[in-house]
Amino acid sequence: MEQQANNNCKSTTTGGTLEIASDLYCQAYRLMLTARLLEEKLAALKRSGKIVGGVFLGRGQEALSVALGIHLRKGDIYAPLIRDQAGRLAFGEGMLDALRTYLGSALGSMRGRDGNIHRGRPREGYFAMISHLGAMVSAVCGALIARRFRGETSIVGATCIGDGGTSTGSFHEGLNLAAIEKLPLVVVVANNQYAYSTPNSSQFACHHLVDRAIGYGITGHRVIGNDLADCLKVLQKAVAAARTGGGPQLVVADLLRLIGHADHDDASYITEAQKQSPLGRDCLILAQNTILEKRWMSQEELDLWQKEIEVEIEATTTRVLREPAPDPEEELWIPFATSHIHSES
Amino acid sequence: MTSITYLEAIRAAQAHALKEDSRVFIYGQDVGAFGGAFKATKNLAKEFPGRVMDSPISEDAMIGMAIGAAIEGMRPIVEMQFADFSTCGLNQIANHAATLFYRTEVPCPLVVRLPSGGTSGGGPFHSQSLEAIYAYFPGLVVMTPGTVEDAYTMLLEAINIDDPVIFCEHKFLYYHLKAESLPTTALPANKARVTRPGRDATIVTYSAMLHESLAAAAELSQDGYEIEVVDLRSVKPLDTDTILASVARTGRLLVVSEAFPWGGVAAEVIARVTAEGFGLLDAPPQRLNAKDTPVPYHPALWGTHRPTASTIASALHRLLKL
Repeated sequence: MEQQANNNCKSTTTGGTLEIASDLYCQAYRLMLTARLLEEKLAALKRSGKIVGGVFLGRGQEALSVALGIHLRKGDIYAPLIRDQAGRLAFGEGMLDALRTYLGSALGSMRGRDGNIHRGRPREGYFAMISHLGAMVSAVCGALIARRFRGETSIVGATCIGDGGTSTGSFHEGLNLAAIEKLPLVVVVANNQYAYSTPNSSQFACHHLVDRAIGYGITGHRVIGNDLADCLKVLQKAVAAARTGGGPQLVVADLLRLIGHADHDDASYITEAQKQSPLGRDCLILAQNTILEKRWMSQEELDLWQKEIEVEIEATTTRVLREPAPDPEEELWIPFATSHIHSES
Repeated sequence: MTSITYLEAIRAAQAHALKEDSRVFIYGQDVGAFGGAFKATKNLAKEFPGRVMDSPISEDAMIGMAIGAAIEGMRPIVEMQFADFSTCGLNQIANHAATLFYRTEVPCPLVVRLPSGGTSGGGPFHSQSLEAIYAYFPGLVVMTPGTVEDAYTMLLEAINIDDPVIFCEHKFLYYHLKAESLPTTALPANKARVTRPGRDATIVTYSAMLHESLAAAAELSQDGYEIEVVDLRSVKPLDTDTILASVARTGRLLVVSEAFPWGGVAAEVIARVTAEGFGLLDAPPQRLNAKDTPVPYHPALWGTHRPTASTIASALHRLLKL
């Protein structure tokens, strides 16, 4: 994408002329579509009272999210945030884990002890976020330091955050730590213009969040957040740079959240001008148009994909709805892993 | 070895753990070549290259880093320069480390060493005892060793435990508390110890207040009173059985803590004894804490702010008359 007022920002890169293969693009599109349809189902389940607690949707952010997840490998560390259903699917989370956690199944990875987007399988490098923004940055650093102790190379750790999260001390401390230790960390910032309802103008005063990379002494990348090709190019470059000794990479995407912060938010604060601007264009529709224009797939083939995904979502939902809820009588109510520490009366 | 200090025991435990367990590493401000603000890691960076790492002044990230490393199977020890600064890392400790196992079934075996408590001239920001804050959060083990032997064996146990441990080591004991040698046996960290047996009243205490309490008990023995002193050793888990057994013998309870009074360890001990052992009590249980103000700087003020052998003895005399 075009460089904007970053003339003094030597380390900032963009997607450039790198070509993305059509099969990768289409694979990413399918994951985006799956995320979108799955989240629509989650919203419906919330409306019908089947889901308790918040439902946080990533509408408009799927291209960015999938582009990170798709470039990670098994064995990498991934700590997604709240609008990363597409990235989670790309990293290998099945829709079963998502539905089980949202629906509170006792068989899910969180077993009803935590819900919605607070899920993961940390032993498999898939960290379960806490709600406190920025906290996952240093945790991923720690995982990477552990891998370094074990002599593992070619590992990447990645985490995601929003424009609001960049204002936390935790984000700063984590990124600074990563820079000092030259860790193979990729931090993806989805600047969706609002932290809940707070606009960028009340969140930061620098020209562009990517400029912060200079301050940390790390590489910054700008990406058009609703352009799947640009997202795939930039994330491919950033993940590869981290993997090959380039140190931490800060990727900042400009995009617009096309929905409220959660199901209870009508997002009335998002201006009409923003919705009509290039930022407001839906990454899923743009990607679908590209696939059709370039004749990588036909409309019929895309329709078939949608049907397949819908069938899987319905089948998985039906299965999970039949699964047991956690039983408070069976719950041990023990927060400790160490057996002799349990003995407190 | 002629004698070993409380601080040397902490250093020795870390050296032992680094030697025996390749998963152990130390992370903290100035802990590397400098050896730490109190020299608790003196020479360890040289003896264990790459495994004693200097951190930036980023308490939140220090703990976050340890959590990520612990998830990946390491056994990090984080040194906070002073317990007071651990509040800057409170979010990671309370919301991330403490909740991890319950949420995900993945253990979080890390140790956060907190140089705790008051010393003369420390002032409001280098003197606090924060064990009650950490004990509040489910999932954290909170150790408060008061002897050289416990400082050594409990730190080794803390490193071996699969849960996050807040290790409150007392700065006042660092240099002057000495033992002949390092222990070869250990009482489990979740057990309290009857340090001095007695029959007329029980003092429940921990950390540096153990020694003030023992001095007070010695003073009262000259008047013919036998005061039992129970050292909690860990405030979480809290060994209620040993406390109740002692109160059953004496019928009277004084809890002594250097921490602020509101909602603290002393309050918890009294709540438990009152609820579970009301019939054992011959008099209302009492507590003696630091005063409910920030810890003052001037030695004259500080010496009055915290409980001392003298104020503990006065509290005992009052308790014995109730």
